[in-house]
Amino acid sequence: MEAVVDELPVILGAFWLTVKLTVVSGLISLVWGIALAAMRVSPLPVLRGAGALYVNVLRNTPLTLIIVFCGLGLGTVMDVQFSDNLSLNSFWLSIIGLSAYTSAFVCEVVRAGINTVPLGQAEAARAIGLTFLQTLRLVILPQAVRTVIAPLGSLLNALVKNTTVAAAIGVMEAALRMKNLFDAHGDAIIPIFLGFAAGFVVLTLPLNLLSGRLARRLAVVR
Amino acid sequence: MTERGATVLYDVPGPRTRLRNNALTLAFGVVLLLVAFFVWTKFDEKGQWDGKLWQPFLRADTWTELILPGLLNTLVAAALAAVLALLFGAVFGIARLSDHRWVRIPAAVVVEAFRAVPVLMLIFFAQYGGSLAGLVVTEFTAVVFGLTVYNGSVLAEIVRAGILAVPRGQAEAGYAIGLRKNQVMRVILLPQAVTAMMPAIVSQLVVLLKDTALGFVVAYADLLNAGARVVPANYANLIPSVIVIAVVYIAINLALGYLAAWLERRSRRSRKVTADPAAAEQAGGEVAFVR
Repeated sequence: MEAVVDELPVILGAFWLTVKLTVVSGLISLVWGIALAAMRVSPLPVLRGAGALYVNVLRNTPLTLIIVFCGLGLGTVMDVQFSDNLSLNSFWLSIIGLSAYTSAFVCEVVRAGINTVPLGQAEAARAIGLTFLQTLRLVILPQAVRTVIAPLGSLLNALVKNTTVAAAIGVMEAALRMKNLFDAHGDAIIPIFLGFAAGFVVLTLPLNLLSGRLARRLAVVR
Repeated sequence: MTERGATVLYDVPGPRTRLRNNALTLAFGVVLLLVAFFVWTKFDEKGQWDGKLWQPFLRADTWTELILPGLLNTLVAAALAAVLALLFGAVFGIARLSDHRWVRIPAAVVVEAFRAVPVLMLIFFAQYGGSLAGLVVTEFTAVVFGLTVYNGSVLAEIVRAGILAVPRGQAEAGYAIGLRKNQVMRVILLPQAVTAMMPAIVSQLVVLLKDTALGFVVAYADLLNAGARVVPANYANLIPSVIVIAVVYIAINLALGYLAAWLERRSRRSRKVTADPAAAEQAGGEVAFVR
């Protein structure tokens, strides 16, 4: 138990990194995922094909492989540098991997939401002369996004846990920090594990409650 | 789905729209090609398309000596973890529906706790906690442990939702003809629930297969390890090697994905089942299909 109390600042620092990874890659994948969904429902076969290819490739590749590709492939071989600071650099490289992967799932969720919007909505929008992009932006997406708040919440929840995969390229987030503390305090493995597990419960539980409440509050009445 | 989604958003194009769509197709096609060209030249600058780096994949011994053993290890770990996770899921899913509070509540705590913890942390914990208890924990054991308890917990939720999706009348009819609790579960509820759960279970198994790649972090000799450590160590071709390995993963997962879709169509058609496959799908659902 003392080990957990003594190392509390280190543990909190690791979770702060987890939170940063989650928030930054969550925002990027939300934007990119909605853009991909727009591509996948567009009238242009070129865009539909490109979107479908992206989603199917990324969704069926293990996240660890994607992160390793970003860290070693882009980072080391291709020499993509975001910062001179090594740990900051792998932080951004893992953000690329996490966002690229998560956005494929965001796209599929948003597309499922678009399919729940009744036909009449888009027909009415076209009848008053809105273009495809206007229809999407002003009529369809606001309703679609509201119906998929709960699934998006689950995605965010999964993203919190997925950030631990960044450990594969040495980002010192919660899981890798926990391993280091195991090495340092061989006698306190169970308290340390329980401490980190509690940290993840603290991060994910409010997310679940919040997304459930938001989903109910913003539900579109039909 | 796509067709309906598409027609929601636009009409059958008239002559003017067709012209504009053609122009836009050309424009976006050019943009996409430019993006592809940019990526191609960037990789080319670093000599990544050099035949020397790709040539090892045309030789049989690269596959038989380096890649296929990794693939085999991945499949073995996935298969064992899948069987154990299915057992874990069945036991805890049914335990959560128990009439006895002292069974129901601990089962719920276990399932909820393991679902909240990332698989990688469970793998690390198996390694260190196991050796604390005096056990020899190989990378294989640690990976299988992590995958089993995490996916088992998700499967437990799928099982529970699948059983709850069988209409109540089925169980009531069973009791009315004098069956016992475990007979009702075994003879009436489970057979119907399993058919309804099948698509959700298969999608969860895809997740499990993908997650075996986490073994890379603890140096388990799996497919990703072969592609990102072993082959590049021999030929210094990390990027080609990772791309080839990714294609193998994608092929396996797509095949499993088609299996899930086929099972879903089949259980939709089947008249013997009263439960709704969609209900079970949603339980493991959103979380399941990401991880």
